[in-house]
Amino acid sequence: MSVAKPITQPINIRPHKLNRLHLVQRVLVYALLIAFGAVVALPFFWLVTTSLKAPGQLFKLPIQWIPDPFMWSNYPRATTYIPFFTYFGNTLYIAGFNVVANVISSSLVAYGFSRINWPGRNTVFIVLVSTLILPFAVTLIPTFIVFRNLGWIGTPNPLTFPALTANAFHVFLLRQFFMTIPQELSQAAKIDGASEFQIYWKLILPLAKPALAVVALFTFIGSWNDFLGPLIYLNKKETYTLSLGLYGFLTRSGNQWGLLMAAVTIMISPIIVLFFLAQRTFIEGITLTGIKG
Amino acid sequence: MANTFINSPPKPRRRFGPLVRKDLVNGLLFISPWVLGFIVFQAYPVLASLYYSLTNYDIVSPPKFAGLSNYVEMFTTDPNYFRVVRNTLFYAGIAIPLNMVVAVCIAMLLNQRVRGLSFFRTLFFLPSVVPEIASALLWAWILNPQFGLINNVLKLLGLPTVGWMADPAWAKPGLILIGLWGFGGSMVIYLASLQDIPRHLYEAAEIDGANSWQKTFSVTIPMLTPTIFFNLILGIIGALQYFTTAFVLSGPAGSTTFYSLHIFAYAFTYFRMGYASALAWVLFAVVLLITLLLFKTSGRWVYYEGDKPE
Repeated sequence: MSVAKPITQPINIRPHKLNRLHLVQRVLVYALLIAFGAVVALPFFWLVTTSLKAPGQLFKLPIQWIPDPFMWSNYPRATTYIPFFTYFGNTLYIAGFNVVANVISSSLVAYGFSRINWPGRNTVFIVLVSTLILPFAVTLIPTFIVFRNLGWIGTPNPLTFPALTANAFHVFLLRQFFMTIPQELSQAAKIDGASEFQIYWKLILPLAKPALAVVALFTFIGSWNDFLGPLIYLNKKETYTLSLGLYGFLTRSGNQWGLLMAAVTIMISPIIVLFFLAQRTFIEGITLTGIKG
Repeated sequence: MANTFINSPPKPRRRFGPLVRKDLVNGLLFISPWVLGFIVFQAYPVLASLYYSLTNYDIVSPPKFAGLSNYVEMFTTDPNYFRVVRNTLFYAGIAIPLNMVVAVCIAMLLNQRVRGLSFFRTLFFLPSVVPEIASALLWAWILNPQFGLINNVLKLLGLPTVGWMADPAWAKPGLILIGLWGFGGSMVIYLASLQDIPRHLYEAAEIDGANSWQKTFSVTIPMLTPTIFFNLILGIIGALQYFTTAFVLSGPAGSTTFYSLHIFAYAFTYFRMGYASALAWVLFAVVLLITLLLFKTSGRWVYYEGDKPE
């Protein structure tokens, strides 16, 4: 027969001897986590120390862990070595456009797949989900040719306009969230004479703010970090994004690792800051994405 | 007027009543942005690339029909094709299981009710939001054979050093290592699903006298299989299309020419769009086949709680 366990001591039902084993186990867990954590953190440390080294310090053996002196000037120099602020502005424009366009389009589509019950909905949704496995290489060439015929090569349009047509992955994610909102709310609004669009705009979107934040965040990171898209479509220097600029930096700078690492640090810092500001949104979003479905 | 109205043929029978029709119209209106994108950016391109794959096409002049010659070339005269396939399989075959094992193990460690959970989670997750181009450049310097971080640490520990991206034999392992740095992306998913495992399953196992190992292998791992399945599919699709890091940090002697790089070179360096499309279609077929196979076999190893009558 099962006996109710004492609530006051949930773990210590084990005999005393096992407790020592338990302690050893705990120490081992922490030791492993700290060791592995150090390994993961080391590249970040290496990035920052390198970014503060003068050329002479880079090639010293044994390696110099702490720069001496600190070359803060690498940072301003990195921003003038390439037209940094132009690239920064271009990247911000593309990322900003994508965030706004994608949040609106993906939430509209997710609404159509979750809050309205129309015949054939589930079949069409399966089509949407199956597009997720489509390799980009298959669509790349005809899409490139379409954009070329439109005269958009060398402009940011191929990197922004597609966001108006929603992103299947984000639709999937938002649909999961929309389905958790009780249908009774929509029905009450309908009785009051609200149209579907009013329900979407005034009821569902405000309730779905956490999920929309996840989509906004993922979209921003995705376009900030994108390399292949700009590589294919942006062939004029003045339209380059930061990722292309950094790539050009590598091919131009030769051995100026201090400068290059300063540029890398500047490029990733908005992402890192955003990550720390929105950490919970991140983790919730990741949790929302998979598993449950 | 009235006559024609009365004599007009009976309206075609409607399949749906007016309310359902209204829902259908509204539903289609809401999803129309995606439908448009699906047609323009997916359905049309997929079919167009299938057509291009049967032609010789240099973009400047119109495509010339060439039958299956591109596919034949791939498997007969392309001097690099099989090396590219081997490179890709090598990368996928090692990187995917390695990432998975590390991610699951660390997630399990973090699930031991550790203090500082959110600190560790943040730290492990951070590399996966670093732009690929940035991590590629950083690792180019970390893997520098003479002055890089890794070889100098290896030297400190008295271990032999290797040439990494400068050595055809070590370039791919170098890339696998870079990929491993980003294991946190899937680790947080594993962790979230570990935290979802109901406690009563462990309690039941304890009552049956199970030790930690038995609990891990008969409760934790089975409960984790849906997440493993999800990450496995994403991992395979991602690894077969691996591009940016290898493009930036190319190793010597074609040792890091992966499938997507091969396609990219034929499309945008040699402007052989037909051949590049054929390459892409073979990749598509393989991805499709693997996904279908995984779904087919998933019934045997993926455990869904809903399957079992409670």
